[in-house]
Amino acid sequence: MTQALLRLHGLTKRFGGQAAVDQLTLDVPQGGVLALLGPSGSGKTTTLRLLAGFEHPDDGTITVDGKDVTHLAPARRRFGMVFQHYALFPHLTVAENVAFGLVGREDAGERERRVSEMLALVDLDGFGGRPVSALSGGQQQRVAVARALAPEPRVLLLDEPLSNLDPGLRERTRRELRAALGKIGITTVFVTHEQEEAFALGDRVAVLNRGRLEQVGTATELYERPATLFVATFVGRASVLGGVVTAGDGARLDAGVEWPVETPGALAVGERAAVVVRPEAVRFAEAGLGGTVTECRYLGARAFFTVDVGVGTVEVEASVRAAQVGATVHLAVERALAFPEDAP
Amino acid sequence: MTGRYRGLLLTLILGWVVVYPVALVVLDSVQGPGGWTLEYLAAFAREPREWAALWGSLWISVASVALAGLIGVPLGFVFERLEFPGRRVLGALVALPAVLPPLVGVIAFLFLYGESGFVARAIMQLFGLDESPWRLYGAGAILLVHAYSMYVYFYLFTRAGLAKIDASMIEAAHSLGCGAWRTLRRVTLPLLRPQLAAAALLTFMTALGSFSAPYIFGGGFRVMTTQIVASKLNGDLPMAMAETTALALVALVGLLVLRRQGEARSVVAVGKGTPPSARALSQPIARWGATALGWVFGILLLLPHVTLVVVSLVPLGTWTTQLVPPAYTLANYGTLMTEPERLRPLVNSVWMASAATVGALAVALWAGRLVVQRRVRLRGVIETLVSVPWAVPGTVLAIALATAFSVRAPWVGRWVLVGTVVILPLAYLVRNIPLAAGSVLAGYRQLDPSLDEAAASLGAGRWRTLRAVTVPLLRPAILAGGALAFATGLGDFVTSIVLYTYETRPISIEILSSLRAFDIGAAAAYGVVLMMISAGAMVVGTRR
Repeated sequence: MTQALLRLHGLTKRFGGQAAVDQLTLDVPQGGVLALLGPSGSGKTTTLRLLAGFEHPDDGTITVDGKDVTHLAPARRRFGMVFQHYALFPHLTVAENVAFGLVGREDAGERERRVSEMLALVDLDGFGGRPVSALSGGQQQRVAVARALAPEPRVLLLDEPLSNLDPGLRERTRRELRAALGKIGITTVFVTHEQEEAFALGDRVAVLNRGRLEQVGTATELYERPATLFVATFVGRASVLGGVVTAGDGARLDAGVEWPVETPGALAVGERAAVVVRPEAVRFAEAGLGGTVTECRYLGARAFFTVDVGVGTVEVEASVRAAQVGATVHLAVERALAFPEDAP
Repeated sequence: MTGRYRGLLLTLILGWVVVYPVALVVLDSVQGPGGWTLEYLAAFAREPREWAALWGSLWISVASVALAGLIGVPLGFVFERLEFPGRRVLGALVALPAVLPPLVGVIAFLFLYGESGFVARAIMQLFGLDESPWRLYGAGAILLVHAYSMYVYFYLFTRAGLAKIDASMIEAAHSLGCGAWRTLRRVTLPLLRPQLAAAALLTFMTALGSFSAPYIFGGGFRVMTTQIVASKLNGDLPMAMAETTALALVALVGLLVLRRQGEARSVVAVGKGTPPSARALSQPIARWGATALGWVFGILLLLPHVTLVVVSLVPLGTWTTQLVPPAYTLANYGTLMTEPERLRPLVNSVWMASAATVGALAVALWAGRLVVQRRVRLRGVIETLVSVPWAVPGTVLAIALATAFSVRAPWVGRWVLVGTVVILPLAYLVRNIPLAAGSVLAGYRQLDPSLDEAAASLGAGRWRTLRAVTVPLLRPAILAGGALAFATGLGDFVTSIVLYTYETRPISIEILSSLRAFDIGAAAAYGVVLMMISAGAMVVGTRR
């Protein structure tokens, strides 16, 4: 593991008594790209604003390279920020926007060279003289990135960097952004509420819920080995059924059958559990959990079937011809996870 | 200043120059040498003349609202909804009365419609009369001037309101079977209600505080503003205090009543489509009729300005009984520029109005930062304080400042400023604060708050952010607010007449003394200069 460049320790921010960010501890290594993923109200944007210095934490510290920057003014923090709506200065040209953070640091020639270097990085050579209002949404986004990177910040922060682009442009911009970040190797933290974006851009993803860190890890770790019920259901598709833990790594479902389960959380035999199963980890079988197919959503050759099992529903991914709506079916499980039911 | 006390300094400063002086006047009206007393207020209440003045102020203001509305609203509809030749040029002309400072408008009316004005002379000549058939005098004359200068509020607010109404609302009404008249009554006018209420409030407050027209034309007709100044000049200070308190009270009640009118049933339209486009008048008769009427109206509006220019070219003592002046020279402008004592008021007005404008803009920027960007706890108080002077009639403010700052008592925040060069700029500044703050705060509210954060994250400190981001982006708002403030200060008469000294006399006071010396050419020349500078400021202020 590389030495952590950016370290958040016990970071807490309350708004009117309510903790928006609660005891958050996270490390980002030099050159790492961390995604903050969570539903709205999970505290991800507040965390980013605490990092940028726009908000002051009630508790906890932020360190860069071992130095405490918790109470440093935003202007002296040397963190670059790309805003959700870009916040380009409308009265300045593209080049003037990019040069804004360079004033007083380098001489004019050096500044000019740096501006064209940055514009080249985001593929906007020759756009320097244009007013920012003359650019498309995607171009504005790239100017915002160039502007944030120009002063060579220690950390780059991005707030929902792709949310303002239309879907077609989003994927291309995501690739370009990924390439640009990789090229300069800058330590990056970005906020998103879309897991696809988090997994595609971030090499690690921190899942936040109600101000708390649920889990941090790679996409595979989060999907295959979710630490909490929240992560299991928030990341990827999953069905949840109630049951009771039995001896020998199993759970007796309220629907009657017993399934083998893995228990990442601490669960004692006889305790109630929430059993989580992915659509691809369930299949139609001759015997097992019985239910009725209520819905079928086609996705080309594969389809998602919704099966009503009496005490809940289970989503099953199978070939299109595997079942029909209205049919009575049985389900067999390949892998299921059990979590404490009242997990916060 | 940090945390919960952020904004306290500005609040204290505003409270000191805005609320404190008025509070002192109110206190003085119930305090005599022997302590608390109702004697002064009783003396005020016993005097029938005072009741007449109070009633005069009130009904003149209400009548001004009615007249201005009757002219301004239909005019707004015509210019916003109908297309006819000359619409653009005339549409701009219609706002012309706005560039005439109150006193200048009044003297232009005097030269035009007064008993020795152009119109009276023409009629005397035409019918062989020895005497003017009328005198420009009393309530009628005041209302004439008010209607001329205040319909602009209704006109501009109506046009702005109409431009915001979604065409699909009108179309929906038509498709539901509403005729044109019923659509107007049931849809358009209710949607315009907030704008009309705002125009009515503006007109009422302006008319209530109006001083120039009653002062020049009032004669025996009494209103509170002139009554206060008369009492003050006569040295009857207790009466002036009681009168000032009464006028402030009427203004407060008017403000509350009219503001409630605007809010009570103001509706927010959903959707933000495009307004209906102007309808071209297709029938030739209607087209030419509208055009002809429009031009006649435009000329009527322009006549006072033209009169002023013509009279300013008349050398002293050359125009006696002739219909039009026999001689025209630039002599009046010559003396105005070359004689130091004639140039003095011009210089005074320019520097005092400039200082007041800079001060008011600084206050406005400060308030905008605290109220909009920092959202300090005291933001509600600050926002109220910067808009309050607008509801205080100029005369009340002048008397209040004269009272507060004619005593040396530093421990209660009172110094002797009356008689110094500071008092007039201060008065202008206080009057200008709502104009500057209104514009600048609206500008701040349109700024994306993350621009400020973007500048900070790029390493810009507070002053560089202000200089390189905030001020350039607020430029239109600062120019508009500043231009309005500058023009108001430059043409001020109502506070100046209470607070001026010979050394600091502004243009308006010099116009008055020129009039009294029958030097109408000089008075008009000053008026033209004021008009030009105001118009120039307006052009700068409205340029994008």
